[in-house]
Amino acid sequence: MTDIQLDPGALRHLADAQMNVELDTGDMILNLGPQHPATHGTLRLVVRLDGERVLAADPVIGYMHRGYEKLTEFRTYPQVTTLINRIDWLSSFANEVPFMDAAEKLMGVEAPPRAQWIRTTLTELSRIATFLLFLGEMGLQVGALTPAFYGFRDREHVLNLIEAATGGRFHPNFNRIGGLKDDVPWGWIAETRATMKIVLDACDQFEDLVLGNEIFGARTKGIGIIPGDVGTSYGVSGSNIRASGVDWDLRRDGKPYLVYPELDFKVWTHTDGDSYARYWVRLQETRESARMVLQCLEGMPSGPIMAKVPRIIKVPEGEVWVETENPLGQMAYYVISKGATGPFRVKIRSASFSNVSILPWLLQGVYVPDVITILASLYFILGDIDR
Amino acid sequence: MIASLSPFALELGWGTTMAIKTLVVLAIIPAGALILGYVFLLKIMSHMQSRLGPMDPGGFHGWYQLVGDGLKFLQKEDVMPAKADRRVFAAAPAVVVLSTFLVFAVIPMGPDLVVKNLDVGVFYALAVSSLSVIGVLMAGWASANKFALLGALRAAAQLIAYELPLLLAVVGVVIQAGTMSLQGIVFSQQNGEIFGWDFIGNPFILTQFVGFALFLVAAQAELTQTPFDMPVAESELVSGYMVEYTGFRFLFFFIGEFGTAFGFAALAATLFLGGWSIPGVDGDWANILGPFVLFAKLMLVAFLMFWVRFTYPRLREDQLQALAWKFLIPIGFANILVTGALKVAF
Repeated sequence: MTDIQLDPGALRHLADAQMNVELDTGDMILNLGPQHPATHGTLRLVVRLDGERVLAADPVIGYMHRGYEKLTEFRTYPQVTTLINRIDWLSSFANEVPFMDAAEKLMGVEAPPRAQWIRTTLTELSRIATFLLFLGEMGLQVGALTPAFYGFRDREHVLNLIEAATGGRFHPNFNRIGGLKDDVPWGWIAETRATMKIVLDACDQFEDLVLGNEIFGARTKGIGIIPGDVGTSYGVSGSNIRASGVDWDLRRDGKPYLVYPELDFKVWTHTDGDSYARYWVRLQETRESARMVLQCLEGMPSGPIMAKVPRIIKVPEGEVWVETENPLGQMAYYVISKGATGPFRVKIRSASFSNVSILPWLLQGVYVPDVITILASLYFILGDIDR
Repeated sequence: MIASLSPFALELGWGTTMAIKTLVVLAIIPAGALILGYVFLLKIMSHMQSRLGPMDPGGFHGWYQLVGDGLKFLQKEDVMPAKADRRVFAAAPAVVVLSTFLVFAVIPMGPDLVVKNLDVGVFYALAVSSLSVIGVLMAGWASANKFALLGALRAAAQLIAYELPLLLAVVGVVIQAGTMSLQGIVFSQQNGEIFGWDFIGNPFILTQFVGFALFLVAAQAELTQTPFDMPVAESELVSGYMVEYTGFRFLFFFIGEFGTAFGFAALAATLFLGGWSIPGVDGDWANILGPFVLFAKLMLVAFLMFWVRFTYPRLREDQLQALAWKFLIPIGFANILVTGALKVAF
């Protein structure tokens, strides 16, 4: 862990306050959350304030802890998908993939190519759905009501696609060990192609409406700067770290998974590391994902969608670590199997948990409104923090 | 003079006149708040956000929605926080609404339709409109809630920054009209001329467009609307100073918010768009048409205000102060200088 650095502005402010002892009114402790509209759920921030300036911020987590790591030990492998769907509920499909990958690796089966391509498509679709919501909601958090509605509206198209293919809008539960439950329905590919056009248009609109807004720029530029090395040392991952100039994407740099090696895509980075950069990077990644989906539709092979697997799934003894690039960052499962129908122990590494760990460092010396901007730009899901 | 035949020339007793005037003002504020709330908050905002807004209540485009909401507020439990300063807590919404009512006393709706034609009308209107901040401070302090307190303090800081540009914006108009009476300002716009061409009179927006822009920006801050809605800041302070208010008292704040918007739109329409006057209408007809003309102009101004409200993100408190002191106030002074120089020159 790096040294905790106090913002020089906050230090100067403290010194001023000490000089004017008779004017010193003492600090105010403000509880942001667990019920607060800006915390997307039940994150609690205990903020020590001097006026509107944050002296220290302490995130308190665990209000939504559901014990998924322990629960997996009492489920069979096919049952586990139902649980892990609910970790990051905005991109549930992307949560399923690494676990299935882990189980398949332990069993030595491999999903057939068509299943892999469909998995990739759906993963990218869930990334688009997650990011579209972010693109709108970030506007809401800095005070603009309208983009939020556009975000929800455009995400709806993508959710409809996911629903059409899997039957579930939020919790698809579509993966099976060795493949998928079903093939995509007839006409789905043409529909997806048309929707990607809508997504690309929506991105243009957000670029105009939100990124192009001067007040949005004033509120986000230079706010919540994460230097690349500090971010890395806290384990920040995903778009958050790419916005700090760290060119690291598990789809390209990690162990090859799904069909990403066969896709042609660019990993976007930004050098500033502030809230604006994080918004910018996510916007570009939404576009990139839409292009990747189009490539997937182009290259999708025909064939079966299930490999041959036994009726009752027993996973041989072994351990495996699988990590993937999820919308919120690096998601990983460490699965230990003792040869039973269910896992012996599962360690879930979720992105948001590490992403918010930087908050005490990041929030020193900012103003109260910036706290909200930073929280929104880090983009965490409570289920992904507490599991 | 046909005015002698006019029903407005009826000699009523002082008490009767006062009662009628009071009733009119008392009716205008909630009605105006409802109209603005319905037209802009419920319908136009919805359409800007690609949704329909309420469609069912009342049959036609959900016109009854806000009335129903108001009635709902009346039957809600009146919750008061245990640690609240009870008397101040109860008085705060009344103070906010009171300031709104007082503004309307000087706004003319026709040549004879004015509650009180004060010689210092502009000055009075701007002075009483800032009273609402006292109510906001009272609400924030008495709520015994940190979010409310933060919101109230922000509102107070905002008032100090924005009262000045608001006044400076109006000074240009006062210089041009040569009077502070709102009725006098309307008359001078009606009878004015631009380079000898007097068909439409001289709505001051044509010469005081800088003042108009300043007035709208400052009014936006005064009304705590986006981009200057830090005191209520939905995503940060939840609802700022209103956070502990429920039911009837919350309704007061709601009426205060939209009623003040109505008042400021009326003020802007009077100062810059010629108020109740339209070209070619005089005398009795002006008295009859005046309120409608004013209403139409007021809705135009309100549309501008609410359009901005639904589009922009929120500034930060320090950015707002910087905007006010570094840009708006210097521009306001420059506007006064130029107006004064031109007034002397022509």
